[in-house]
Amino acid sequence: MNKFSIKNMNLWYRDFQALHGINIEIPAHQITAFIGPSGCGKSTLIKSLNRMNDLVEGCRIEGEILLDGQDIYGGIDVNALRKRVGMVFQKPNPFPMSVYDNIAYGPRTHGIKSKFKLNEIVEKSLYDAAIWDELKDRLKKSALSLSGGQQQRLCIARALSVQPDVLLMDEPTSALDPISTAKIEELTIKLKKDYTIVIVTHNMQQAVRISDNTGFFLLGEMIEYSDTEKLFSIPKDKRTEDYITGRFG
Amino acid sequence: MGQRPLGKAEPNWSFERWLLRGFNREFAAKILFATSACAAILAVGLICVFLFIQGLPAIGNIGIFNFLTGTEWRPTWTPPLFGILPMIVGSLYITAGAIFFGVPVGIFTAVFMAKFCPRFVYVVLKPAVNLLAGIPSVVYGYFGMVVLVPFVRNHFGGNGNSILTASLLLGMMILPTIITISESAIRAIPQEMYGGAVALGASHERATFFVVLPAAKSGVMASIVLGIGRAVGETMAVRMVAGNQAVMRMPHEFLLGARTLTSNVVIELGYAYGDHRAALIATGVVLFVFILLINALFGMLKKRGDN
Repeated sequence: MNKFSIKNMNLWYRDFQALHGINIEIPAHQITAFIGPSGCGKSTLIKSLNRMNDLVEGCRIEGEILLDGQDIYGGIDVNALRKRVGMVFQKPNPFPMSVYDNIAYGPRTHGIKSKFKLNEIVEKSLYDAAIWDELKDRLKKSALSLSGGQQQRLCIARALSVQPDVLLMDEPTSALDPISTAKIEELTIKLKKDYTIVIVTHNMQQAVRISDNTGFFLLGEMIEYSDTEKLFSIPKDKRTEDYITGRFG
Repeated sequence: MGQRPLGKAEPNWSFERWLLRGFNREFAAKILFATSACAAILAVGLICVFLFIQGLPAIGNIGIFNFLTGTEWRPTWTPPLFGILPMIVGSLYITAGAIFFGVPVGIFTAVFMAKFCPRFVYVVLKPAVNLLAGIPSVVYGYFGMVVLVPFVRNHFGGNGNSILTASLLLGMMILPTIITISESAIRAIPQEMYGGAVALGASHERATFFVVLPAAKSGVMASIVLGIGRAVGETMAVRMVAGNQAVMRMPHEFLLGARTLTSNVVIELGYAYGDHRAALIATGVVLFVFILLINALFGMLKKRGDN
């Protein structure tokens, strides 16, 4: 069962074409990783999946991106889309409010007012993001006082709080130390049972460790997309091989 | 490595270099900056010292209690009465009124300019706000006299020279302070914060008002406190529309005139002498203490905002 199907997608930032003819199927309840050197368009692609690119002035998209068969650029409510497709950013971006209010922001946005319900959601989200034990006594503390790794897991919890189908992760560990990175990787694997996960990463080992499928991007094109194990052991394309063996990038 | 012959001067000897021996450019720059900073501190210090030297004895003579809580200001009576409570409450009412009118409009304008405004509106709005900041207060006062006073008289009653009129006018005058500082505070919030909210499915409005604006809270508070400072200190425009009666007013008498601390000084200082003059300077001391309190409040808010 495919969650996303992207068909013949092109994307421009004004005159610059950032993505060329992307075709990709992203299966549900698996982790799909996008790898490639800086500027290859992998972040651009992931941001198209919840239409965060709408915020970029001069961004234009052609082709189709289907989420459960529905075109996400065809007259659907973008806020409803972003509720279904959550996102975790490269730099942890907790809101400057308490831990509790950070998590409660999403559900409150979507109309949940009951204190009881909110408490439940906050606890469950933090628990699912494997940070409940660390934070249960600090719910009223400012989220900005947490460490970078905790902030990032808080952001994951925040993304989970609106019960999305899909979780997009844009280099979620690039600003973190190895221990926090390991925690987030472990968490990501645990989450795939309930969510479809798409992750952009600079770190090829990370893709090997956690992903089921990997797409390799270069200069706005998708060079190769297959089962992670296959892509890293017997790459079909010479450029993929060069990249994963460290000849460039 | 050849050794330099003893006793000979360095080949590139110059007076300037001799003068700056052991004294590098960086150090010279430090001295320059420190001196500039000291000039500012010195100015504040001098104002403080002279104001207190001239004002405190008067407060002592009148009695601090009589001075601050006396409700009668009769400088020409024998014996004279120097109670400035009517002016203190006058300043408070008019400042509070200015905050009431100016703050919501100012903050919403700042949000609009930072987050909602199309480019072609912005290029008009921004210079307009800057111009508002540059208009001399006597021009505001004139505007108040010819537009606001008749407006209040015709629509609310009274003779038009009133606490309400002064509040409206001051509310306009503090707009540029609030707008400019709040706008930059809002713009200083990283885009990722906004992105995080939008990525949860929040609308532009919700992300702006419930994430970005609270994040900019300390800057917005700073703008309000600076606006209060400006309102408390404003003299000319207020004097032109406030009626200036040195009479104790109650809050519900907002259609009657009142006198502020600043107006009190500027109206009477020209002809005052002796104790009367000293009492006016003491009024300045009270004003100064007000500003100090406001600055302390500002510092406190900022500290809380940073934590």
